[in-house]
Amino acid sequence: MSQDIAMGGQADHTGHEAHEHHGPPSGIMRWITTTNHKDIGSMYLWFSFIMFLVGGAMAMVIRAELFEPGLQIVSPEFFNELITLHALIMVFGAIMPAFVGFSNWMIPLMIGASDMAFARMNNWSFWLLPVASGLLILSMFVPGGAPGTGWTLYPPLSIQMGMGMDLAIFGIHLLGMSSIMGGINIITTILNMRAPGMTLMKMPMFCWTWLITAFLLIAAMPVLAGAVTMLLTDRHFGTTFFNAAGGGDPVLFQHIFWFFGHPEVYIIALPAFGVISQVIPTFSRKPIFGYASMVYAIAAIAITSFFVWAHHMYVTGIPLNGQLYFMYATMIIAVPTGVKVFNWVATMWKGSLSFETPMLFALGFLFLFTLGGFSGLVLSLTAVDVMLQETYYVIAHFHYVMVAGAVFSAYAGAYYWLPKWTGHMYDETLGKWHFWLTLFFFNMTFFVQHFLGLAGMPRRVPDYALQFAEFNKISSIGAFGLGISQLLFLYVVLKALKSGKKVDAKVWDGAQGLEWTVPSPAPYHTFETPPVIEEGKH
Amino acid sequence: MRVSMKRLAVVSALVAPLFPFSNAWADYQFNMHVPVTEAGRRAYTLHNDISLICLGIFILVFGVLIYSLLHHRKSKDHAPADFHEHLGVEIAWTIVPTIILVLMAIPATRTLVEMKDTSEAQLTIKATGYQWKWGYDYLKGEGEGIKFLSVQTTTPDQIDGKAEKPATYMETVDNPLVVPVNTKVRILTTANDVIHSWAVPAFAVKQDAIPGFIRDTWFRADQEGTYIGQCSELCGKGHGYMPIVVNVVSAADYTTWVEAQKKKAAAGDDPNKVWSMDEAVARGEKVYNANCAVCHQANGKGVPGTFPALDGSKIAGVASASAKAKHIDTVLHGRPGTPMAAFGPQLSDTDIATVITYERNSWGNKTGDVIQPADIAAARK
Repeated sequence: MSQDIAMGGQADHTGHEAHEHHGPPSGIMRWITTTNHKDIGSMYLWFSFIMFLVGGAMAMVIRAELFEPGLQIVSPEFFNELITLHALIMVFGAIMPAFVGFSNWMIPLMIGASDMAFARMNNWSFWLLPVASGLLILSMFVPGGAPGTGWTLYPPLSIQMGMGMDLAIFGIHLLGMSSIMGGINIITTILNMRAPGMTLMKMPMFCWTWLITAFLLIAAMPVLAGAVTMLLTDRHFGTTFFNAAGGGDPVLFQHIFWFFGHPEVYIIALPAFGVISQVIPTFSRKPIFGYASMVYAIAAIAITSFFVWAHHMYVTGIPLNGQLYFMYATMIIAVPTGVKVFNWVATMWKGSLSFETPMLFALGFLFLFTLGGFSGLVLSLTAVDVMLQETYYVIAHFHYVMVAGAVFSAYAGAYYWLPKWTGHMYDETLGKWHFWLTLFFFNMTFFVQHFLGLAGMPRRVPDYALQFAEFNKISSIGAFGLGISQLLFLYVVLKALKSGKKVDAKVWDGAQGLEWTVPSPAPYHTFETPPVIEEGKH
Repeated sequence: MRVSMKRLAVVSALVAPLFPFSNAWADYQFNMHVPVTEAGRRAYTLHNDISLICLGIFILVFGVLIYSLLHHRKSKDHAPADFHEHLGVEIAWTIVPTIILVLMAIPATRTLVEMKDTSEAQLTIKATGYQWKWGYDYLKGEGEGIKFLSVQTTTPDQIDGKAEKPATYMETVDNPLVVPVNTKVRILTTANDVIHSWAVPAFAVKQDAIPGFIRDTWFRADQEGTYIGQCSELCGKGHGYMPIVVNVVSAADYTTWVEAQKKKAAAGDDPNKVWSMDEAVARGEKVYNANCAVCHQANGKGVPGTFPALDGSKIAGVASASAKAKHIDTVLHGRPGTPMAAFGPQLSDTDIATVITYERNSWGNKTGDVIQPADIAAARK
C-alpha cells in the first residue's frame, strides 16, 4: 500500500518528462517535487547544516559582545533578539532536522522498506522548514525586530514585543506541523513496513529511539502550538490567559511551555542515543550490550520526561510539595540514563576497538554528555538550583547536553553514514582534526561557564560585572575556535564528494545491519522487494 | 575551609599559567561564594557534596572505560568477546544508582524544607520589579512605611567605554536595600510589568517577581556587609542593568538609618509648591535620567522602530492643551501592550510634573509649558 503511494508519486513526474523510469527528474524540480526518502534525507541534512552555521554565526556575535565588560558591538535589545533566534534556529532549524535527515535516510534502509510510508507528506514536512526558518529570520527585519524574550517566549515580555513576535509564532506553528507530520510518517513506516522477520525487538536501536521520539513529537508539539496560539490571542484578540488583570496567570504559560519543553529535550537526545548505539558496536566489533534494557530505558526516559517539567520553574514560587515532587521525579531520570551509559561502556568492554572519526565523536559524546548529566543532577536538587537557576551554570549544562550530546552524535552519524550516502570515503585525518578541534574548543567555551554560573553571573545579559571578565574572555575565544572548526566539516564533506576513495557496500568491517547490504552509494531505490532477515540477529 | 587554603594556593600557582588573562589569581572564582546565611551554607554544602559524588562516579565509570580503550583495541589484536547481556549486572546498575539517589534526596529534602519556611519573620519587605529598577516597601517590622526606588548608578559612558569602569561596575544603586544583621527578613516579590527575579547569591535567595501575584522568600544574614545580586529573569533590554544591592548593617546602624529615612520622608516635596521653569527642568532632568533615558535615550531621540523619540514628537513637542493632556496621561498610565510603563504608581506628583516639564522643554522641544504637581494630582482623579 505505502509502496504504491511512493511509486505513484514517482510516476507523476516521469509522466511529464520522458525520463528513464527509475531516475529522478533533473534540475531544481527534482528537489522540490521529490518523494524519495534519500533525496528528502539529504535536503534535511544540508538544510540543517546551513541553519547550524546561521545559528552559530549568531552565537559568534553573542560571544563577541561578551568578550569583555561593557557594550561594544550590539545594543541590549538586539542582543536579546540574538539569544532568542540562536536558540530557536539551533533547536528547530539545526539539531532536529539533522536527526530527521538521518531518520529519512536510514530508517527505510535499516528496516528493509522501499521508502517512507507517506512519501508526499514527507516532501511537505521538509518544505515547511525553510518557510518556517525564513519567518524566524525575517522577524529580525521588521519594525521592533525579532522577539527579545529568549526562546522560552515568556509573557508578559512576549506581549510587549513587536510584529516580529507574530512572525515567530507562525514560524513555530509551521515547525510544529512539520514535526508532527514527520512523527506520523516515522511511526507508520516502522510499524507497517518492516521486512518480513524484522520483529520490533530485532530492529536496530536507532529505529527504536526514533519510534519513541516520534510519539514524543506527536504528544509535545501540539502543546507548544497551543501555548503560542494563546500568546497570539493575548497579543491581538483581547484574551487574558497570561494576564493577571484579566484573571489569567503568566506562570500558566511556563507550565504549558515546559510541558512541551522538557520532552523536547529528549526529542533531541533520544535519536542522538540511537546514533551512538549504532556507532559504538560497529567500532567495538561486538553486539550492543543489553539490547532489551536499552529499549526499556529509552521508553522509561520518554515517559518520565512528561512528568518533570516544573524543574525549570523552581523559583517561580511553586509550593514546597511541588518542588519536592519535581525534584524526586527529575532525579529518577538519572537511573535509565545511567543504564544507557553503563550499557555503552559494557559494549566496548572486551571489544576490539578502533578509533575512526565516528567512534571518536561517539566517545566524545559519552564523556561530555555524562558531564552534562551530572550537572543536570546538581540542578535537579531544588535547594542548589535556587542558587544556579538562570545563571551561566544552566547555559553550560544544556550546552553539554545539546552540543556535546546532540551535535557530537550528529557528527558521529554523519561520518558513519557519509560513505554509504555518497559512495566516497571522507579524509580520515581531517575528520580526526575536526573532532579534536571541536572537543578542545567546546570545552574551552563551555566548561568555564560552570564557574561563571557558580560565581553568580546571570544568563541572558549583554554585559557583566568585572569579576566575571576573565572566564568570559576564555569562553569567547573558545567559541570563535569552535565556530571556525565547524567549517572544516564542510570542507571534509565536499572533499569526500569530489575526490573521496570509492567504498564497498560494507564500509566498516564491524558494521551490522541491512543498510550495509545495499551498494554504496545507496541506489535511488532500495528494497523494492523486501529482504529476508536471518534468524537471531538484531 | 581555612585548613585547605595553603594547598589551594599551591594548586593555584601550578594552574595559573593556564589562565593568561589575569594579573591576580583571585579573579578566578571556581565555586560558589560561601553564603552568609545558615540555609545558604547548607545548600552550598549540599552542592559540594553532590558534585563530589558525581566526580567519584565519573572517575569510576570512565576509569573502566579508559581501561577498555587502552587494552581492548583492535590495534593490539584484542579479539572481541561476544557477550551481550548479563541480567545480574543490569539489575545491579539499576538498583545501586537508585540507592545513591535516595541517599542524596534525604539532605536535599531537609535543606529545601528549611529554605521554604518563611514563617516568623521579624521584618517584611516587598520588592517590586519594574522595567528596569527595583522598588522596596518596608511593610512590617522596624522601619515600617519606608519606601523607595533602587536604580543602578552605572552610567551610559561607563557602559559604552567612554569612561573608565569602576571596580563596582554594574554593582551599584542609588538606594540600596538596608536590613539588620541576624534578623529574619521576609521578602515579598511582585512586579509591575513583566516577570523579574529577585536574587542575591550570598543569601541563596532567588524568587521570581510576577506581575499580579505575590511570592515570598526569606533570609537571615549573619555577617554585615554589602551583597550584590542581579535581576535573574529576562525582562527586556535593561535586564542586565537592574542590580540588587543589600546592605546588611548592625541593629544600631539600622535604627539610625530608619530614623534618617523617616526624616527624609517628612521633609518631602510640598505638593502645593508652584515650580518655575528652571527649577522644574533641573529636577525633571534627574528624574528623566533615572527612569526614562534607558529607552528614550538621554538625547530624547529614542531608538527608531523600538522606542519612540520624544524630541519633536507630536505629544511632547507640540504646545497644545490636548498634547499636554495626552502627555500627562501617557506618563501616568503608560501604554498597554508596549514597554511604556505606567509611572503613576511609581513616582510622586512632583517627579511626574517636573519630568514632563523637562521633556516638553528640552532638546528641540520648546513648548514653554510648566506642569505643576497640582496638575498631576488633578489628572490622577
